[in-house]
Amino acid sequence: MLKSGLTSASSFNSPAMRSSFLFFIVLILFLGFSKSSQALAPENESCLKCHTHQTITFHNTLTKREDKRLMNPLYILDKDHFASGVHAKFKCIDCHSADYSKYPHNAELKLEPLSTCLDCHGGDAKYAAYQFEKIDLEFQKSVHFQKSGDSFTCSKCHNQHYYQAKSRNSSEVGDIVKFSNEMCMSCHSNNSKFQLISDKLKPALSQIHEWLPNQELHFLNVRCIECHTQVVDSLSVSHNILPKEKALKNCVECHSKNSMLEASLYKYKNLQSRSKIGKLNSIIKNKSYVIGAYQNIWLNYISILILILALAGISIHVIARIIKK
Amino acid sequence: MNSENKIYFYPVWLRIWHGINALGILVLIFTGINMQYATPGFKLMDFELAVNLHNIAGILVSANYLIFVFGNLRTSNHKFYRIKLKGLYKRLRLQVEYYTTGLFRNQDAPFPLSEKRKFNPMQKVSYLLVMYLFVPGLVITGLGLLFPELIIENVYQVSGIFLTAVLHASLGFLVSIFLIVHLYVASIGKHPINNFKSILNGYHDLNGH
Ligand code: HEM
Repeated sequence: MLKSGLTSASSFNSPAMRSSFLFFIVLILFLGFSKSSQALAPENESCLKCHTHQTITFHNTLTKREDKRLMNPLYILDKDHFASGVHAKFKCIDCHSADYSKYPHNAELKLEPLSTCLDCHGGDAKYAAYQFEKIDLEFQKSVHFQKSGDSFTCSKCHNQHYYQAKSRNSSEVGDIVKFSNEMCMSCHSNNSKFQLISDKLKPALSQIHEWLPNQELHFLNVRCIECHTQVVDSLSVSHNILPKEKALKNCVECHSKNSMLEASLYKYKNLQSRSKIGKLNSIIKNKSYVIGAYQNIWLNYISILILILALAGISIHVIARIIKK
Repeated sequence: MNSENKIYFYPVWLRIWHGINALGILVLIFTGINMQYATPGFKLMDFELAVNLHNIAGILVSANYLIFVFGNLRTSNHKFYRIKLKGLYKRLRLQVEYYTTGLFRNQDAPFPLSEKRKFNPMQKVSYLLVMYLFVPGLVITGLGLLFPELIIENVYQVSGIFLTAVLHASLGFLVSIFLIVHLYVASIGKHPINNFKSILNGYHDLNGH
């Protein structure tokens, strides 16, 4: 009761993912043609010629005619989105088979196993800071791996084409939260993707989280993983996604002086802001305010002082009243 | 009952307002402290319960505040709140001197209560401040926090919610201090309990003061 976020909290359950897909398509229509790819490998042009467009025209060797067909929407790439991702510099055939350069593509190419994240990033000193091995260990404890094993690949959440290291690089908490939650939502609010690993339908998130006051505000300002993972201090982002029974359901964990958020959402950001703009500033500039987690020492001191003065004044007055009676 | 030395100071609507307000604000202070200072190791009560109670009591006190405003508009009670700025400082000083010294020398109160005067200058100033600045400030910031989507996102780069919350907590603290002093000052009189009886039965006993 008395919750204000209920009305629009449905954005999580709504066909937002489907419409964002439509949005991509519109985006491609508007931007795809006008902007040329920035910083993308020139070798990719021949792939992107089809894989960024809605339609494809090819010479049909059987009918001997030019055929114009619709592209399979799942195989349309957002070029600009790709260009802003961590793998923007890669050639398509760095990961996909070089045989894809022939069209029509050989159907068996689909069976080729793609590299996993660790194939490239594992044991690489250049990426030591990211602790890929440790992430892998943590991930193997997670409910995702426990339930689905190896078929739950990194890419189920981390889209290789578009991935950005937001939680490390963004200075906007809201940005980090949005990016992170969209990863979860890409399956948890999208039945077709959800059923890649489950026979059930996606859970009704806004009902399940009905107990949470100001649901929408929470969803916009903290990540799902804040409550649904086990925080590991040495990792920037914890990857041990807990089964739902073990999710945190205790307001005070975040809404208190030693807020758990300091160890999770604000961890990396704190490291950055402490050196640059100071803690107070970073709290003030942050759009979200966590009840109880912010306590200004000076305000606390001043209020204790005022309280003591008031009580002392009253005590002295009481004593004087008794003596003079 | 309305004998010579008794004044009917507190009409029914005022007593109803005051009763609801007093209880509501006690709940707000208790739950508010819990929300601001609870930790996983220490809490006065369940956080969720505190939030819900705080919301309910806050709405109740806000609606109740309308009784205070309209009650004063529609009855003559508002005349007790009229304040003249000229000479205010001097009147306040006289009252403070009375509370700090005169009272103990059995001097007469500088502003004795009468049909025309329900409050001494200190009461008047503090009631005006609390009822027309602090409480409405709390109501407005409180409603803002209840419907955060109404709050301006940024005020000169500073988070609007942050400002609202700090203002809300600070005003809440000031009202808590007011309450402590209010309770104490109300106990000053011939017999400490007299004023509390008055706010319940409506009659102020001039002899009892
Ligand atoms: C347990 C809580 C409270 C008790 C026992 C209490 C007691 C009293 C008493 C005895 C009076 C009559 C004396 C006088 O007129 O000065 C009074 C009046 C008043 N109280 Fe309280 N009070 C409480 C809480 C509050 C709170 C929380 C507020 C405001 C935030 C408040 C505002 C007022 C005002 C404005 C009057 C004057 C009303 C009028 O006559 O127009 N009181 N209270």
